[in-house]
Amino acid sequence: MALDLNTKAIKKNAYRITKERGKTALRVRVPGGALEAKYLTLLQEIAEEYGNGQLHITTRQGFELPGIPFEKIDEINKKIKPIIQGLELDYGVDIENPEAGYPAAGTRNVSACIGNKVCQFANYNTTEFARRIEKAIFPNDYHVKIALTGCPNDCIKAHMQDFGIIGMSDPQYEADRCIGCEACVKNCKRRVTGALSMVNGKVKRDERRCIGCGECVLKCPTAAWTRNPEKFYKLLIMGRTGKKNPRLAMPFLEWVDEDTIIKVIVNTYEYIDQFIDRTLPKEHIGYIVDRTGYQVFKEYALKGVELGPKVKVSEYINFGGYKYEKDAFMDQL
Amino acid sequence: MGYRLQNNDFNELLKELSKEYKLYAPKRFEKRGRFSDTDSVRYGEIQRVEEIDYTVKSHFSPKEIVYPITQTLFYFTEEEYRESQVHDKKILVFLRPCDINGMRRLDTIFLENGPYKDVYFERLREKVKFVMMECKESFENCFCVSMGSNFTDHYSMAVRFEEGSVLCDVKDKDLQSQFVDNKKESNFTPEYVQENNIKVEVPDAEKITPALFEHDLWKDYAKRCIGCGRCNMVCMTCSCFTTQDIAYEDNPKAGERRRVWAGCHVDKFTDMAGGHSFRKDYGSRMRFKTMHKIYDYNKRFGEHMCVGCGRCDDICPEYISFSTCIKKVNQILKEGNHEE
Repeated sequence: MALDLNTKAIKKNAYRITKERGKTALRVRVPGGALEAKYLTLLQEIAEEYGNGQLHITTRQGFELPGIPFEKIDEINKKIKPIIQGLELDYGVDIENPEAGYPAAGTRNVSACIGNKVCQFANYNTTEFARRIEKAIFPNDYHVKIALTGCPNDCIKAHMQDFGIIGMSDPQYEADRCIGCEACVKNCKRRVTGALSMVNGKVKRDERRCIGCGECVLKCPTAAWTRNPEKFYKLLIMGRTGKKNPRLAMPFLEWVDEDTIIKVIVNTYEYIDQFIDRTLPKEHIGYIVDRTGYQVFKEYALKGVELGPKVKVSEYINFGGYKYEKDAFMDQL
Repeated sequence: MGYRLQNNDFNELLKELSKEYKLYAPKRFEKRGRFSDTDSVRYGEIQRVEEIDYTVKSHFSPKEIVYPITQTLFYFTEEEYRESQVHDKKILVFLRPCDINGMRRLDTIFLENGPYKDVYFERLREKVKFVMMECKESFENCFCVSMGSNFTDHYSMAVRFEEGSVLCDVKDKDLQSQFVDNKKESNFTPEYVQENNIKVEVPDAEKITPALFEHDLWKDYAKRCIGCGRCNMVCMTCSCFTTQDIAYEDNPKAGERRRVWAGCHVDKFTDMAGGHSFRKDYGSRMRFKTMHKIYDYNKRFGEHMCVGCGRCDDICPEYISFSTCIKKVNQILKEGNHEE
């Protein structure tokens, strides 16, 4: 019997229409970029039994298993139930039928750097926060890319995401514990933003220059610098690659807490719902913001959100990036 | 006399004592560690026994109680100056035998090294009574037995923390008076660490000659040490300081002189007038510290400065082990090849 497929349904089920006719590729989400090694055994089995034996590691930290015949989709969906269970349901994600594979593919895997599980620089557990976000936004068809990084080194490239989350430490200084060794001052000048200076043998911090990287805490030999146990983040928005106008994400909120970020992201889905161009097969969130303007996005994103006392909000954003034509966004009505 | 006190009763005792004493013990400062979501265990004032973290070795030593990191010595303005003051309470410190032995090294340096006593040290030190926390089992990197600092009977009270109660051995008469009513007597003699995983043999002083100073060993440390000074800061016996005369920003006519910890691994330690400085490479700083801890202090005062608490090993971000350094020095001297 000839293949007769609903490609839209297949794509929504996290299978790709590939260049090889008759063959698809399964995309597996790994929220937060970490998984128990035991799942690899299952992925190996599927790749070897149904696919071409290859396991591609995606740019968003998922897996892609190519060379799978379309006919095997239902069978594979049943097989990956433990992965849906362990990497979605267990995080609180609501998936009605875990034997039917992924119910959506629009919102991409929430990726994360290794975070403070391992890295000395990281200001929080990126994987745990990523899984919280996954729970709040998945499944969803809207095309949104989110990534989390532990510190402003931004190893995950949060600056290339629709939502990029960077961990911030609020450094607290106990002057009496400071020996004036200048380790923090020299390091901040050399590697960060030069927010610290020596005054009368003790350190002064310029709050407007400080990006909350936490390096001063790392360098301090006497624990004069410690982290505020409260967690803070910087939320970048609307960075992107793509053909039309690639650009880095820009800061939207600084010194914001975890719950607020989740609210803002959830609010954004309502904003998309309101403003997306439904004549297109899909529209990336960044282009919607281009159309409505940042102020409208901001209004929707902050709906019902109470911002903490430390939070700074961007008044307006001058998104950069480049365009191939000066009239890239010019069109006839 | 030995007693067993339920935690509630012990807390009552602490409450009573706090009228007369400031109580210091190793405390857990949650999420105040160097890395995010890690804790810091260091000395702080306590009110209750539950606040004392005796499960780990404190990251910093108790020396900061008698020898604060920053200490204002006097204030000055125009024609006048005035000495700083300290609180009028006595001090009770919960600490392990190694640190009590370390305190003797501080006493020696501040009170016996030279013609004058250091009054700023003395005025805090004379307030102090020790509550020895029994330490039966070695922590990682401890080598107290090798340094002979695993034992002490120099304490006012010794305690063993058990589930829900505290065993006390009280020697101090003033403290003893707090135990008169309704405190259940119990036989308690503190035990001590008998053996560490790490054992070092400190080299004989006579074998150490200037030739050792030129050994390649120090060149290796020159490449590994980053001169951060963490080993100095956590050390119970490192006692070097520098002084700062500062004029207040708002009114430069007034100011203060203070002393602040310094460390031989940290830059500026050897800075002198005219911009001179020596021991610029980190290997020679390691050599200087090593010789101070296991050679020249001993030569002058008859015991080694290092008490083998191993905090320097615990903290070193470059995994430089001081006990290993002592072993290496000993090995080199035994082989006698440093003379070549």
